[in-house]
Amino acid sequence: MRLSTEHVLPSKLSLPRGAGLWIALLILAIASSLVSPHFLNPANLLNVLRQVALYGILGVGMTFVILARWIDLSVGSVVAFSGVLGARLLQLGYPIPTVVACSLAVGSLIGAFNGLGVSIWHVPAFIMTLGTMVMTRGFDLMVARGGPVDPGPAAERFFWLGGGYLLRVPTPIYVFAAVCLVSHVVLSHTTFGRTIYAVGSNEEAARLSGINIAFTNFSVFVIGSFLAALSGLIFLSRLSVGDPNSGNGLELEAITIAVIGGTSLSGGEGSVVGAVGGAMILAIIANVLNLAGVTTFSQQVVKGAIIILAVWVETVRTRRA
Amino acid sequence: MTTGQTPALRLQEISKSFPGVQALSDVSLTVERGEIRALVGENGAGKSTLIKILSGAYIADAGHIELFGEAVAHPTPAGMIAKGLAVIYQELAQAPHLTVAENIFLGQLPRRGLRIDWATARAESRRVMDRLGFDIDPAARVQDLSVAKRQMVEIAKAMVRDARIIVLDEPSPVLAQAEIDQLFAIVRQLAREHGVAFVYISHRLGEVFALSDTVTVLRDGKAVHDGRSADLDPRALIRLMVGREMGDVYPRRTPRIGEVVLQTDRLSDRDLLRDASITLRKGEIVGLFGLSGAGRSELLRTVFGAASRSGGGVQLFGAPADVRTPRQGIASGLGLLPEDRKTQGLFLIQSVGFNIVAASLRRIALRGFISPERERAAVNEQIQQLRVKTPSAEVQVQGLSGGNQQKCLFARQVAAGCRVLLADEPTRGVDVGAKREIYDLLVELASTRDLAVLMASSELPEVLGLCDRLYVMREGRVVKELDARQTSEEEVMSYAALH
Repeated sequence: MRLSTEHVLPSKLSLPRGAGLWIALLILAIASSLVSPHFLNPANLLNVLRQVALYGILGVGMTFVILARWIDLSVGSVVAFSGVLGARLLQLGYPIPTVVACSLAVGSLIGAFNGLGVSIWHVPAFIMTLGTMVMTRGFDLMVARGGPVDPGPAAERFFWLGGGYLLRVPTPIYVFAAVCLVSHVVLSHTTFGRTIYAVGSNEEAARLSGINIAFTNFSVFVIGSFLAALSGLIFLSRLSVGDPNSGNGLELEAITIAVIGGTSLSGGEGSVVGAVGGAMILAIIANVLNLAGVTTFSQQVVKGAIIILAVWVETVRTRRA
Repeated sequence: MTTGQTPALRLQEISKSFPGVQALSDVSLTVERGEIRALVGENGAGKSTLIKILSGAYIADAGHIELFGEAVAHPTPAGMIAKGLAVIYQELAQAPHLTVAENIFLGQLPRRGLRIDWATARAESRRVMDRLGFDIDPAARVQDLSVAKRQMVEIAKAMVRDARIIVLDEPSPVLAQAEIDQLFAIVRQLAREHGVAFVYISHRLGEVFALSDTVTVLRDGKAVHDGRSADLDPRALIRLMVGREMGDVYPRRTPRIGEVVLQTDRLSDRDLLRDASITLRKGEIVGLFGLSGAGRSELLRTVFGAASRSGGGVQLFGAPADVRTPRQGIASGLGLLPEDRKTQGLFLIQSVGFNIVAASLRRIALRGFISPERERAAVNEQIQQLRVKTPSAEVQVQGLSGGNQQKCLFARQVAAGCRVLLADEPTRGVDVGAKREIYDLLVELASTRDLAVLMASSELPEVLGLCDRLYVMREGRVVKELDARQTSEEEVMSYAALH
């Protein structure tokens, strides 16, 4: 019988998968230190890490959603709503654990609504989450009654979560590290994580393999929104005010992080480790633009261009494969 | 065949390599006007690459293309169409929501001023259809047509574009026998009466002899044979394709048949399946034969829980079973090998190991956490037992050959504890050598592991050669049960096609 090993794709003469990301990160870091002498300043680096944590949580959440080959446009609104809701509840004098639980629960509920729409009613994710994005922004403005919400003096201890330090490291970084650790274990070491990759690579094959695809699809939206709500609470505690107009465009940031991190928009491919790298790249770019005195308006232009570039690079890569 | 003129197509010493693979080396091929040339070879022999070079989709590394005596220096897809070449792919590139007339004139609709001249488009379409003898309404939507009629639309489209060379890329697997006959009649007519040259690519050797004047055999990127079809017989052709003599294609066996494991009682679904009753015993291989649209896949999918039933009952291992989802099907000891390996079976971008354990995640996990040792053990056991040829369990499954991909899907069912295997077209799209391996595998599963196999197939020789019994299906019904050893192709076809 003829051996068929020759049909196996030849091993490409290239770096291991994902290595490009870290090389790009290294080059970016070196370039940044040349652009601005302040870049390598420890205080600045900690600031960059704080940014990595804030946006990285969203990026990890979006990685779950995109792995199952969906998209979630509502996360920016969820960030704002979770913050405003938290601020309002603090203002009303509720204890911090209750506030945190409520905001996270409401965020998860919004995700559940998205998940229901996509997995049961089969509304395209793009439209479903676009609708939710607008609805959530509406709730957000309603709860805020149009203006910033001051959580009041009782919330002093709450601000430590986003603005404080533990062993001289900003606290959000610990939260981010925990999120990454749990997410990585879920995606790489559990049967549930395996079903996300399966559903993302071929939904029909997953169904015929006995995987509960509706549950998997539903869950990734809940996870994505839960993490968006968590990130909203950190934003609130960092800004010490609930701003109903915050979080605009954060969905794009989250998608960019996931895609730069090697998550394929067609699903089934990507990792938490990649998202961490993606968040670092994005945070360094934002930081160095700030240091170089580039205006926020020009930064917008750059941010938009980065996502297009990242997706384009990904398209070229998958086409070659 | 017209001779004395310049040939319609001449490919000279075409070579093409991809990173790490020499896909074609020095392949030459000539097709005269009015000639029907078959292009055969195993999967991976280079047929697709050759066609893509011919259509202008790939650029050859070396070699020379001539159409009607004229050298083509820089082939592009648009340029080749303009020069009279049409390629009709198995997966048709059509606009399904548009009408037949619109598809035929796609990109070159007749205009009157700025407006599209629909009357002319429809009249022209009808004229072409009439000339070809097709019974297709130009105003019908392409999505409402059968696959065979869609291919006819493509042929009509090629004629409108004045194509004088038509490449048919494996049209038959998606067609029923009657449709194939009709397609062949049209091809012959166009070749004989209109001087159109054809390149016909097929896996089915019977068709090669039925249709072609000449045949080119590709093996490992080289043209190993070029001659008249009449000078070959199927055995010789297979030998040329695989580079060795095929022994007896179907493995011999003495089945040890046990108790009834699966029984369906007047099973129906909402569309096609009507009152299908069958019985399957342990250790048995039972065929399910029918033309396309007879309901073979529907029966398998309904039993497995992948399609919802509207009536009837299923008994599994002697007890009534209410299987409503694939999850329940797998839990009850059923396994489905789906009809379309790539869209329904494989997680193409994932590893071989991932694919093998996809249906048995619970077996390799402890409280939801996957145990790497259990996973590795399960994967390695299946790779060894089913003889999956792969460099490792970590490579992407899409890099394997068709036959080995199919083995990964078998492995998935076995790993999930399948005792009744529902195999839908298990040898579709795999090459001749791999077919034999899959037959061996089916026999082995049935005899040494006491699996019961229900195998749907549209290839009659396969059903007769491999199965113990067979059920013939027609229009959603099981119309006849036959002993595979005591029936003939003619008898089976009489139940499948007639009435």
